[in-house]
Amino acid sequence: MSGALHQFSLYAAIATRSFRRYSTYTAATLAGIFTNSVFGIILSFAYLALWEQNPSAGGYQADQAITFVWIGQALLMTIALWSGGATDDLAERIRNGDIAVDLYRPVSVLGWYLAADLGRGLYHFATRGVAPTIVGALLFGLVLPSAAGAVGFLVSVVLAVVVSFAVRFLFAASAFWLLDATGPRVLLSVLATFFSGLTLPLTLFPDGLRQVALALPFASYIQTPADIWLGRHAGPDLLAAIGLQVLWAVVLLGMCALVLRAATRKVVVQGG
Amino acid sequence: MPLIEVRDLSREFTIRRRAGVLRRESVVKHAVHDLSFEIDAGEMVGYIGPNGAGKSTTIKMLTGILVPSGGSALVAGLEPARQRRELARRIGVVFGQRTSLWWDLPLRDSFELLRRIYRIPDRTFRRNLEDHVALLDLGDLMDTPVRQLSLGQRMRGDIAAALLHDPEILYLDEPTIGLDVVSKGRLREFLRALNHERRTTLMLTTHDLQDIEALCDRVIVIDRGTAVFDGPLSSLRINGGASRTLVVDLVDEAPAIAIEGAQVVKVEGPRQWLSFPADASAAPLVAQVAAAYDVADLSIHEPAIEDVIRQLYSH
Repeated sequence: MSGALHQFSLYAAIATRSFRRYSTYTAATLAGIFTNSVFGIILSFAYLALWEQNPSAGGYQADQAITFVWIGQALLMTIALWSGGATDDLAERIRNGDIAVDLYRPVSVLGWYLAADLGRGLYHFATRGVAPTIVGALLFGLVLPSAAGAVGFLVSVVLAVVVSFAVRFLFAASAFWLLDATGPRVLLSVLATFFSGLTLPLTLFPDGLRQVALALPFASYIQTPADIWLGRHAGPDLLAAIGLQVLWAVVLLGMCALVLRAATRKVVVQGG
Repeated sequence: MPLIEVRDLSREFTIRRRAGVLRRESVVKHAVHDLSFEIDAGEMVGYIGPNGAGKSTTIKMLTGILVPSGGSALVAGLEPARQRRELARRIGVVFGQRTSLWWDLPLRDSFELLRRIYRIPDRTFRRNLEDHVALLDLGDLMDTPVRQLSLGQRMRGDIAAALLHDPEILYLDEPTIGLDVVSKGRLREFLRALNHERRTTLMLTTHDLQDIEALCDRVIVIDRGTAVFDGPLSSLRINGGASRTLVVDLVDEAPAIAIEGAQVVKVEGPRQWLSFPADASAAPLVAQVAAAYDVADLSIHEPAIEDVIRQLYSH
């Protein structure tokens, strides 16, 4: 097998195992689907009241706003907005020293954790993403995407997972220096909740803050995929939206690689 | 050429500690200091020392996850810290207190991932899996998630995992820690067979000296970062200034036996304990005692290796 193919088969195997690992917790998944659905319903009624006052707030029609809510609920776990996933494993392994085991394996640590997180993301998308969306569609009737929108949405979701992974990885890697990444993790949860579009679409933010929020990597989490689903990014604009996600993914993964190199140096050279 | 070559290896750590409200002072600790030894292919070496002696620091430098601050190490012709990835394909490491298996996955899946990580050829993988799974008695556990395995089972799983890619050297850090007597015995048997049949070089650190006695022909004792002994187990007893004990059961109680070359260390009724140097022969002593006293029974006790090592540390 050629090198590239071999690498791909390794990462695919990691992603598959990670998918399977999460799939063993069926009860947790069902409970999660229930929670997402309940939150979706509560937020939907809140949004309906809001949009009744201002029928085109943020440029969304009421039915689009409701769809936005359910996409947010669907992506919440897929992107691991409040952490969890492979990056939590990383923080834990740094704290207890098991990271040493990862370091002496002949495989890229960053690639390893990314593959594991993508496998997890796929599982959460297929369960905690799809199921609540069906609930939302049955109860409220969601706006469906065009064919291009659907494809764009799926691509955008994969990028959302990668961007979110890279951000979480950077925060988790702080454990190399702080020994415990709990504080940074809480900070990240607050930032992500606010700037991803989970609480409110970023387009509702006041001028100035809105432009900043839309440019931040957190916008890639929910705002961008949702807008693609809703057809608000089409044609060249769709490519630009996805392009921004790709840019963030590349920049952030690059930062992860640098941080990891510094961390390895610290562990290997300074000895912990 | 030796497989592992360690030359004046040193590692210092700078420890910062508070020395006042704002002031901090740095203390340099020499975890390993001018350590030198060589290990040939096929050897089984016990690497022992008290806590904090520098055992783990040495292993970390030999596996390349810690850079030495002085001296050099060459393992299988590679410089560990600089060629860590390359070296990783040729060595196996088992930490008694850590696992390289995936907690939520069945054993089989962990092995499957390792097959890909190390790019193990199909035939090698199948052969190793068959051999080690049978010998380590893992057959029924292959589909059990690792988190459900007992400590002994997990350790066996870890050892099988470390051997899948046919490493030339296997480092074992406290491999029997926390295991029951039966599991320990089985593990030692497996390691002995591995060394014998595959000529895998073993280096193990342990606090369990029975591991050493059961497995290792050679012992390196490290204390405060330097080797205080390096040689076969038998000469460790002698060089450690250890003594053997002749236990004499007399027919009648008697005052302390006075013979040349031995000293009475304890008297309890008709039983007396005589201490003599470990490298001396017991035969003339036995003859002297038998000639002078009515002896009911005799026995000779080898020095406990623990005592020998304790003496080495206290030097």
